[in-house]
Amino acid sequence: MIFHVKILIYLKDGVLDSQGKAVAGSLASMGYKNLRDVRIGRYIQLSINAQSVEEARKQAESMCDDLLVNSLIEDFSITVEE
Amino acid sequence: MKASVVIFPGSNCDHDVIYALEHVIKAHVQKVWHREKNLPEKTDLVVLPGGFSYGDYLRTGAMAARSPIMGSIKEFAEDGGLVLGICNGFQILTEAGLLPGTLLANKNLRFICKLCYLKVERTDLPFTNLYKQAQVVQFPIAHHEGLYYLPSKELEELEKNNQVVFRYVSPEGKCGEEYNPNGSLHDIAGITNLKGNVLGLMPHPERASEEILGGTDGILTWQSIEAWIAKEGV
Amino acid sequence: MEFLHGNLSKPGLQRKVSDMDYRTAGLRREEYEELKKVLGREPNETELRIMGVMWSEHCSYKSTKHLLRNFPTKGEYVVLGPGENAGVVNIGEGWGVAFKAESHNHPSAVAPYQGAATGVGGIIRDILALGARPVASMDGLFFGDPDNPRTRTLANGIVEGIGGYGNAVGVPTVGGKTLYDSCYTDNPLVNAFNLGLVRLDSLVSSQTAKPGLRVLILGSKTGRDGIAGAAFASAELSDDTKSSRPSIQIGDPFAEKLLIEACLELRDKGLIVSMQDMGAAGITSSSSEIAAKSGVGMILHFDKVLLREEGMTPWEIALSESQERMLLIVEPKDKEEVEVVAKKWELDCTDIGETVLGDQYTIMWGSEVVAEMPASLIGERCPSISWPSRRPENLENRWEFHIEELPLPNNFNTAILDLLGTPSLGDKKWIYQQYDQMVQTNTVQGPGAPVSVVRVKGTERLVAMVMDSDPWKCYLDPYRGGAESVAKTIRALTVAGALPLGLTDCLNFPSPEVPEQYWELEQVIKGMADCCRELECPVVSGNVSLYNESSSQRIYPTPVIGTVGVIDSYSSYLPSGQWQEGDILFLVGALTPPLSGSQYVLQTAGKVSGRPLPFVPEAEKDFCDRALQTAREGLARSGRAIAGGGLAIALAKEAIESGIGAAIACSYPTRGDVFLFGEGSPRAIYAVPSSKVDQFLSTWKGFPIMELGAVGGKDLTCKNLFHISVSALRQRWEGK
Repeated sequence: MIFHVKILIYLKDGVLDSQGKAVAGSLASMGYKNLRDVRIGRYIQLSINAQSVEEARKQAESMCDDLLVNSLIEDFSITVEE
Repeated sequence: MKASVVIFPGSNCDHDVIYALEHVIKAHVQKVWHREKNLPEKTDLVVLPGGFSYGDYLRTGAMAARSPIMGSIKEFAEDGGLVLGICNGFQILTEAGLLPGTLLANKNLRFICKLCYLKVERTDLPFTNLYKQAQVVQFPIAHHEGLYYLPSKELEELEKNNQVVFRYVSPEGKCGEEYNPNGSLHDIAGITNLKGNVLGLMPHPERASEEILGGTDGILTWQSIEAWIAKEGV
Repeated sequence: MEFLHGNLSKPGLQRKVSDMDYRTAGLRREEYEELKKVLGREPNETELRIMGVMWSEHCSYKSTKHLLRNFPTKGEYVVLGPGENAGVVNIGEGWGVAFKAESHNHPSAVAPYQGAATGVGGIIRDILALGARPVASMDGLFFGDPDNPRTRTLANGIVEGIGGYGNAVGVPTVGGKTLYDSCYTDNPLVNAFNLGLVRLDSLVSSQTAKPGLRVLILGSKTGRDGIAGAAFASAELSDDTKSSRPSIQIGDPFAEKLLIEACLELRDKGLIVSMQDMGAAGITSSSSEIAAKSGVGMILHFDKVLLREEGMTPWEIALSESQERMLLIVEPKDKEEVEVVAKKWELDCTDIGETVLGDQYTIMWGSEVVAEMPASLIGERCPSISWPSRRPENLENRWEFHIEELPLPNNFNTAILDLLGTPSLGDKKWIYQQYDQMVQTNTVQGPGAPVSVVRVKGTERLVAMVMDSDPWKCYLDPYRGGAESVAKTIRALTVAGALPLGLTDCLNFPSPEVPEQYWELEQVIKGMADCCRELECPVVSGNVSLYNESSSQRIYPTPVIGTVGVIDSYSSYLPSGQWQEGDILFLVGALTPPLSGSQYVLQTAGKVSGRPLPFVPEAEKDFCDRALQTAREGLARSGRAIAGGGLAIALAKEAIESGIGAAIACSYPTRGDVFLFGEGSPRAIYAVPSSKVDQFLSTWKGFPIMELGAVGGKDLTCKNLFHISVSALRQRWEGK
């Protein structure tokens, strides 16, 4: 079966986010005065052949550990759909 | 001296490093394609050159660090072999876990290419033994992700262990925000591992190895390595 | 990966053209008639769409090719002239340099980052197609009113795009020219120049295909990028540019880097018979060009093309401008080895057909013939258009310039500083520090200097290059402005000690359908051609970009010239910015050229007026000979040809670069502003060590020359005229 896996990768707290800071500045100057912070991450979409949701999730986690995520500075979350 | 220069898809500065090694210290250089499983025999020095391996896609150096050749390089480093990572090469070494930390996007979010002054803080290393302690040298930088980052506790450890080899400074050797081109924590431009046999730096010594190109401070890097190999044997 | 399928089953694919207006395809009536005549029948829809793009202005140069024949294209050092992927000149010791410039104006106005990036990528492939390794890039950038926020957005995006692509692909950006004028506000210009090195015995040609060879596509898969982008480039930009977005091409510098290494490896292994880059109108233009130039026919199977998108029709495949693809012609026996190299570099390599005897260019889909036309018809036989030409009635008005009406500045210090701080003349570090100027370790002199210089490893030789233009003088007097634009580049090269070998040009003009504007185009080309002929610097390649205008504004005639020269050795190279204490400063050339079309009058009075000086070949040639001699014999320490901003700006830039001042003590027979800011004619300032003064004077004997003063101190001064510290000059120049 084909499972659609959605991975959100985000910067750990405390890691410098120059991009987020720049975007926050732009939004503020556009008039968004209530904005407190911007942190920017990444979205990765995988289509995986697997027997079950659990298997697909396990494979995706393994890919994250092996390549997709730099655990020094990033955390991630996974959702799996059929 | 036998040097192995590793080439990844997208490496650009391999040609430049090979030229510098051959012309400055007449090294015997071999090109090593990233797909090979083993380094050439009797390699004295492994160089990971600068460039845009895999287009810097996903994270800079991320995919290169998972290349087939990296296994052999890790073993080589474990055994005390000399590994030099320049710019993208430094990024690859951090992704491969051979050096601590990571390189984030420059603080101003732009690519920066210019000459920088650096202070040499370790002169007992294979790569720097011909420099004088606290000598100020000029190497060019050319990168988009040069902001060295390590969480604060690990960063303190790094400093305590004297693992910082090059730091961005003023022409007189003073640290300051205006002399740090990319926002690197503690103005760090290059570091070594605990054993001192792996060096990663963002600036390019191979671009400062000829009079005609405007600077020669990089020559001592190659000569240091040559002197070390000659002294220590294989 | 799934193989994406193309689409032949779309209803009415082969419907008769009477259902589809030839005008929708972009053809004019005369072109449609010519097409029918040559084919001997009506074209089908696929053929019509293909011809609509191939015969667009952008692809066919129909409005200008007869004008371009005015250019001298042959010369002692010319190996390949116009008509190839790029021009090639011989720099000695078996080495050639291939170079060309190309415009990417309309795409950059709509999508600045990708427009600029793909401009860089495209010109690199033109150089690569000759089997040359791209070693240096330059860019001619023309931006609008600097206070307009849109200008800043465009400029930032364009610079980011040039850097983003050029840095990743590993080609240093070593120079260029960036100028500002409000006429470019809605129509920025992005002219990308590239230069490559090649052993002359390894040159790859597009003329060497024979029948019985395989046609391969190497590189990225084909998608719908830029479909009909070529026709789009020929249309004026509508005021609503957002709807134009789907036509924009997206660049992948990583794929290009792999393509460069793969193609050069194939060249080294002798596996390429002929090669062509896929630019505007992609597969069709590249393949039909090789066919026409080599005198062979082709049968191509478009169902074999690897696709990136579903359901592409044959004409979409034909015209797709997907980037990072090269067309290769190889011997059947070499195909396997080519595929091995492609696999190593992880590039797709697909056999899509063969070359055959004859002139027919045939596109097949399976067993069905989808299009069939003579190869020479597609690329070459578009009827020329001679638009009506009329000298502007107001031309003499443009020349009116009453110096009495121009007030002298209250304070020359302020006048100089203000001019120095203008975006056109000011420091461009904010641009070029975003470019890798040094990768490949050949850069002897990078951006920010009058000329850029790279060395050739394994030889003593240096290659010098420069890009320049003078749109204001071209507007005022197109003939004189055209000549001056070329002359500026040649003066700069010879002062640096480089013998000019050839040039490439990007002719950026508004619509040729306005008679006065067509006249300007004719005159600029004439002026350029005469200068090239007299100064023995042929045009080896070039590009034309027309219709650079919007409903409210047209650009000034903007010929951008990229000239290349060779310096024998490092000792013959005369750099700028090398003033030293005690050096004597000389001005060679006319003492008081006028303020016509000058940056000074533009900035202070907001006007472009006056008549530029005439082109005087003897004076230019004389200047070049003496300048070359000065450099080769080491008679000066520092030299700079005088260009935009006149003498004052040249002195200021030298002082800033050198980090030292000078005391100008000469007298001048005219108003202070004319003396300081007048422009035009061959002029230079030299700093000469006292030991060389006699020899220097002897070299320049018989040429107008004036001793200006001496180098020294922290200030740049001219008694009773100005007194400015070098640090104040630098601060203002750096925009602080």
